[in-house]
Amino acid sequence: MEGTLPELFLQWFSARGWQPRRHQLSMVAAARAGQSCLLIAPTGGGKTLAGFLPTLVELSEPRKHVLHTIYISPLKALATDIARNLVAPVTEMALDIAIETRTGDTPANRRRRQREAPPDILLTTPESLAVLLSSATATEMFAHLSCVVIDEVHALAGTKRGDQLALCVARLRALAPGMRTVGLSATVAHPAELMAYVGAKTLVEEPDGEPPVINLMIPDGRMSWGGHMGIESAPKILALIRQAGMTIVFANTRAQVELIFQALWRLNEENLPIALHHGSLEIDQRRRVEAAMSDGRLRAVVATSSLDLGIDWGGVDQVLQVGAPKGVSRLLQRVGRANHRMDEASVATLVPANRFEVLECEAAIEGIAAREMDGDPPRPGGLDVLAQHLLGMACAAPFLPDDAFREVSATQPYADLTRADFDAVLGYVETGDYALHAYEHFRKLFRDSEGRIHVRSARIAALYRMNIGTIVASPVLKVKLVGKRAFGPVLGEIEEGFANSLRPDDAFIFAGRKLKFLRVNANMVEVSEGAERDPLIPTYAGSRMPISTNLAGRVRALMQSPDTWHRFPGQVQEWLRLQSRRSRMPGPDDLLVEIFPRAGRWYLVAYCFEGRNAHQTLGMLLTRRMQRAGYFPLGFVATDYVVGVWSANQPTEVEELFGEDMMGDDLEEWMADSSMLKRSFRNVAVIAQLIQRNQPGSARSGKQVTMNTDLIYDVLRRHQPDHVLLRATRADAAHGLIDVARVSGMLARVQGRIVPVVLSRVSPLAIPALLDIGREQVGVGIDRDDLLAEAEAIVAEGMAEDEPAPRKRRLVKRDVAAKHALVAS
Amino acid sequence: MIAAPIHLGADRLMLDPSGALFWPQRRLLAVSDLHLEKGSSFARRGMLLPPWDTEVTLDRLALLLRRYNPAVVVTIGDSFHDREAAARLPAAQAARIRAMTASCRFVWVLGNHDPVPAEQLGGEWVDEFADGNLIFRHQAHPREPGARYNTKTVGEICGHHHPKAAIAVRGGMQTRPCFVADPHRLMLPAFGAYTGGLDVRHPEIMRLFPRGGRVFLLGRERLFSFTLAQAGVPVPAPIATQSFGGGS
Repeated sequence: MEGTLPELFLQWFSARGWQPRRHQLSMVAAARAGQSCLLIAPTGGGKTLAGFLPTLVELSEPRKHVLHTIYISPLKALATDIARNLVAPVTEMALDIAIETRTGDTPANRRRRQREAPPDILLTTPESLAVLLSSATATEMFAHLSCVVIDEVHALAGTKRGDQLALCVARLRALAPGMRTVGLSATVAHPAELMAYVGAKTLVEEPDGEPPVINLMIPDGRMSWGGHMGIESAPKILALIRQAGMTIVFANTRAQVELIFQALWRLNEENLPIALHHGSLEIDQRRRVEAAMSDGRLRAVVATSSLDLGIDWGGVDQVLQVGAPKGVSRLLQRVGRANHRMDEASVATLVPANRFEVLECEAAIEGIAAREMDGDPPRPGGLDVLAQHLLGMACAAPFLPDDAFREVSATQPYADLTRADFDAVLGYVETGDYALHAYEHFRKLFRDSEGRIHVRSARIAALYRMNIGTIVASPVLKVKLVGKRAFGPVLGEIEEGFANSLRPDDAFIFAGRKLKFLRVNANMVEVSEGAERDPLIPTYAGSRMPISTNLAGRVRALMQSPDTWHRFPGQVQEWLRLQSRRSRMPGPDDLLVEIFPRAGRWYLVAYCFEGRNAHQTLGMLLTRRMQRAGYFPLGFVATDYVVGVWSANQPTEVEELFGEDMMGDDLEEWMADSSMLKRSFRNVAVIAQLIQRNQPGSARSGKQVTMNTDLIYDVLRRHQPDHVLLRATRADAAHGLIDVARVSGMLARVQGRIVPVVLSRVSPLAIPALLDIGREQVGVGIDRDDLLAEAEAIVAEGMAEDEPAPRKRRLVKRDVAAKHALVAS
Repeated sequence: MIAAPIHLGADRLMLDPSGALFWPQRRLLAVSDLHLEKGSSFARRGMLLPPWDTEVTLDRLALLLRRYNPAVVVTIGDSFHDREAAARLPAAQAARIRAMTASCRFVWVLGNHDPVPAEQLGGEWVDEFADGNLIFRHQAHPREPGARYNTKTVGEICGHHHPKAAIAVRGGMQTRPCFVADPHRLMLPAFGAYTGGLDVRHPEIMRLFPRGGRVFLLGRERLFSFTLAQAGVPVPAPIATQSFGGGS
């Protein structure tokens, strides 16, 4: 591959004491041949430079200034950071290349100028690209485009943002037919599908560096049975931080980050500079932490996935993962944050928070050694995203439906899209596509005499542009610290639901501080320092991901092989042995179902290992069936490993309960009414812009959106159950919130292999699940009359004497039947 | 469906889990905030919501009319989402409304969304409606909770705010539309198919119940009753105390 790089570039490399890497040269060669390609390389492999090198080479030759390359990053911050890093080689080689970023933060005057006189290289996000494409000037702006670079493409493909990006790239390809695409990715489970997503003909792979060194650390003393926070390990975490230069402590949720941060600082007598980082902190605060990291001014950062992706931090010496790793790919990505040098092994330590998590950590270490990546094969692109895109196309220029269908179905996510579905989506955008043709007057699109589709008015286009995007965030409020000064700093944001639950003087922990709630004032949560009460922790919807299928499989395998147990801490070995003696271990292909009495109730615990979401669904379905069978189920708990149901009567016909027919009528009936679907529908409705949250003037309150979409869902389901948005909702939920795919896969697998074990008391393995009862969040927005009845009865009991006059004892008395009917909705 | 009895002054009223009020002594049925044609109101502005909201709302109302067979129906304001909503009604739905208004004494109290009568639909159109010791008006009069009115203590029935309440249950919060009541005032939840809600702890609602009260959350089969003070109180976080006791 000698001679691939021009002399100027070779000199630059050697001036830096570098050698062009093999994959970097391969990328330049592929570009020369005009080929689109996918580069898979571990972090720290010079991936970004490899992506840009061909562009820089081409732009170092004489040419006219046109928009040559678009770089797309999933993170705004990353785009900005790459721009900064790219400037270095460009200035050092004295290249005449204009590089600019374009994100939601770009000021209006610069946006206008970018449309009129675009830079050579534009760094942007999928959403900002969609905005650019919806403009009438898009044809002109992108006409000379040569290359699109998609960074972290593994994090985009298979998501709705990825669907949107694929559609936008297809648009670019139509505007600039000669254009090539480049994908930059971490190691993935399905490289062929990812190549198809990028439209790549060539795969360039950089071999992994040294395998990481991963240790397991458990706290001193008794290991916790339940809980997921890992606070008990704070002293040992601090000791590890003390030993290393710079540590990232990863946790699974923002609440966990706040708690670990607090716990560390209570012990941090030397005042080691330890910071925290998560997605709800104010952006300035996060940037300051990142800058301090880069400058080596910090010893540790406690972080969520907000530090998973992106910027290469350089001097990170070790990574700690507190709590269950949940998946091999994710763990590998996190571990890769340490030691971004190819020739040295990354060092990481896993800190499980309870006994089950010890197994999961061991399983993850095995998974990394075996290089078994997670990830489901890609799912079909969302019809809601397509709806948004088609409206955007009409906003840019009139189009013929046949052309649009051809363009859309050329993308990987929409390769299997039927013409009927396409037409239904287009019909939805035009008039809502309702069986009751009510909105002819209010149509958003119209067709001219040649059949081309136009947007009806500039106002509709403006509203569309205000509502572009596929990330449907929960409504949040800013948290502002007010003290003696009237204008204090904004610390970040908390969910509106949590903010509404606070009363004056309530304490909560946020941004590493213990704060006192004062009031909500003009959409700001005003707080002060110096809270006295026991603090609450803000929770965030959807912040917990379920364990991956691969990893769960490895956990089962570990349980099944007692000869591997010697690797575990003594307490865990003892726990597993006790389980073998008192009950039995779940097998690799069977379904262990334990049934035991406790405190006047019967417990049924099924070891399914299908992840929290699937178990939620299973719990709902099981309680329905148990109700019908007369066991009087009273409630259930779903963890990543098991589903547990408690009931008044002993469940006896266990095999029937877990029959495959559960996925038929029961599922249909439950799904139709499920609030999980309502939650999915909310996202679909916002993405398809049925609801446009941003209106000229002020944004609608997010709370209201929740209410409205639930009600809209009910009405639509009753009158047009096959409406295209409902089909999109069901497709989403099947893979996400209700994870039907995993439930049905499991049921099919275990038929004839269900192992009911009746015990006289709780089994050792069931303890963690039982401890999660009451700690587990029941999904927000799920209608559970049973839980309300329970709360009402408790209050009625406790408050029997001092209640004010108007009340209704009768209801409580009459409630015996309802109490027995504690069935999940 | 189990209705719950409450007393407003000396009058015994039944709260229906659908969000309606029935006054047995007068055979009077009251609902609030139907917001008919809200869907088409949004469609005019580019949000093409499913167009069956009026039909669904009227279905629910028709069910109540069958169950209670009232002599008087009072809709307490915001029956239509905007001034032109009545004119946009699909012919079939307009006909249903006319049949309802002809079947009994039907009183439309005007609200802020529908300040103009739509006489063509039949019924009486009034600013407020009084009967015995009770007065029905769209927006509560904050200055006279339980004040004297025509020399008698009256109870006030109102709507407007679309109250909803969040109650802490095991493992989270449950949020539902609700009635809010004290001994002198009863606020109805919104009855319309597309009507969202305002948390009862919002100052606009709280100031109407200065001495507290009860909330009745709508359930599938029945209501769930709590004090106003219990609404919105967060679930105690088990992690908070545990974690701060932990560590060294």
